[in-house]
Amino acid sequence: MGEAASPWVALAATAAATYVWRAAGARLGGRLSTASPVFRWMECVSYALLAGLVARMLLLPAGPLAAVALPVRLAATVAAAAAFLASGRRVLVGAGVGVATLALLSLVQ
Amino acid sequence: VAVADGAQAAARSAILEALGLPALILGASYLGFGSLVRENGLPIWVGVASTAFAWALPGQVVMVELLGTGASVAAVLLAVLLTNARLLPMAVTLVPHLRRPASSSWHYYLAANFIAVTSWANAMRAVPLLPRDHRLTWFFTFAGTLWAVTLAGTVAGYLLSAVLPRPVALALVFLNPIYFMMVLAGDLRRRGKLAAVVLGAVLGPLLHRWNPDWGLLATGVLAGSLAFLVDRPAHG
Repeated sequence: MGEAASPWVALAATAAATYVWRAAGARLGGRLSTASPVFRWMECVSYALLAGLVARMLLLPAGPLAAVALPVRLAATVAAAAAFLASGRRVLVGAGVGVATLALLSLVQ
Repeated sequence: VAVADGAQAAARSAILEALGLPALILGASYLGFGSLVRENGLPIWVGVASTAFAWALPGQVVMVELLGTGASVAAVLLAVLLTNARLLPMAVTLVPHLRRPASSSWHYYLAANFIAVTSWANAMRAVPLLPRDHRLTWFFTFAGTLWAVTLAGTVAGYLLSAVLPRPVALALVFLNPIYFMMVLAGDLRRRGKLAAVVLGAVLGPLLHRWNPDWGLLATGVLAGSLAFLVDRPAHG
C-alpha cells in the first residue's frame, strides 16, 4: 500500500507523532484524570502494539537476525526471561544473559 | 545565593542519579538501537536524528523496523502515533509537578519533549520532594544527561556493529526486543495489560504475515481493544 517511505520523511512524521502527545499532555496537564477509559484504552493499545512488535522481531525477524536459527532465538529469549525473573526482575541481568546466550549459540550454530 | 546553591545541588543530584542504573540500561538499549539502524540499511544520521528529535525508544524501533520492511509513510506515522500515545498521560501527570510561578509556558513544552518512560518514572519519584524553584532544573538536567547518553549509545551501536564479530553484532540487535519484553513483563499486574501483551504477542506475527505494512497497527488496535474490554471494571 503506497510506496516505501523515504527515511527523512518518515523521521519527520515520527518526530511529530512523538511530540504531539507530549505537547497535548503539557497543555492538558492536571486538568484531565489519567484514570479515564480513553487513557486505559490507549494504554492497552500501546502495550499490545509493542508486544506484537517484540513477538514479530523474535519470531519473524526482518533483518540480520533472520540468519540466526529460530531455536537459537527462542533459547536466548527464554534464557533472558528466566534470568530476569530469577534475579528479582533486574533488566541488566536479563539483557546480559540473553545477549550472551544468543552470541554463544549462534557461534556454534 | 541560596537559590543558586539550591539549583546547583538539584542539578548535581540529577546528574548523579541519571548516571547510575538509568544510564546503564538506556545506554545498552540505544547501543542495540544504533546497531538495528545499521542492520536495517539506514544511514547513521537517521538513527541520530531519531534519538535527538523523537526520543522514545519503542516508537524509534517501530520506525526503523517498518522502514526496514519497506512500509509507507502513512503506515509508519500511524504505528508510531499509537505506540507513543502512552506519552500523553505521562505528560499530563508530570507537568503539573514541574510548574513554578515565574516560568513561561514554553519551558513546559520544552520539558515535555524529554518525557519518556525512564525520565518520567524517576521524575515522578524525585521531583515532588524538591522545592518548586528547582524542579525544572532537576528535570532538564536528569533528562538531558540521559539524552546525551542515548545519543552516544546510538552512534556507538551503529559503529560497533560494523567492527564487532558477527555473533556479537547480532546479539546487539537482539537487545531491543528482549529489553521491551522485560519492560512489558515487569508490569502485568492489571488484567487488561496482561491481556494486551498476550494477545499482541499472538496477533503480531500473524498479522505481519497478513500484511507487513499494516499488520503492526492492526495488532495494536485489535489486541488493545479486546484487552480493554477485558480490563473494564465490572459493574456492581
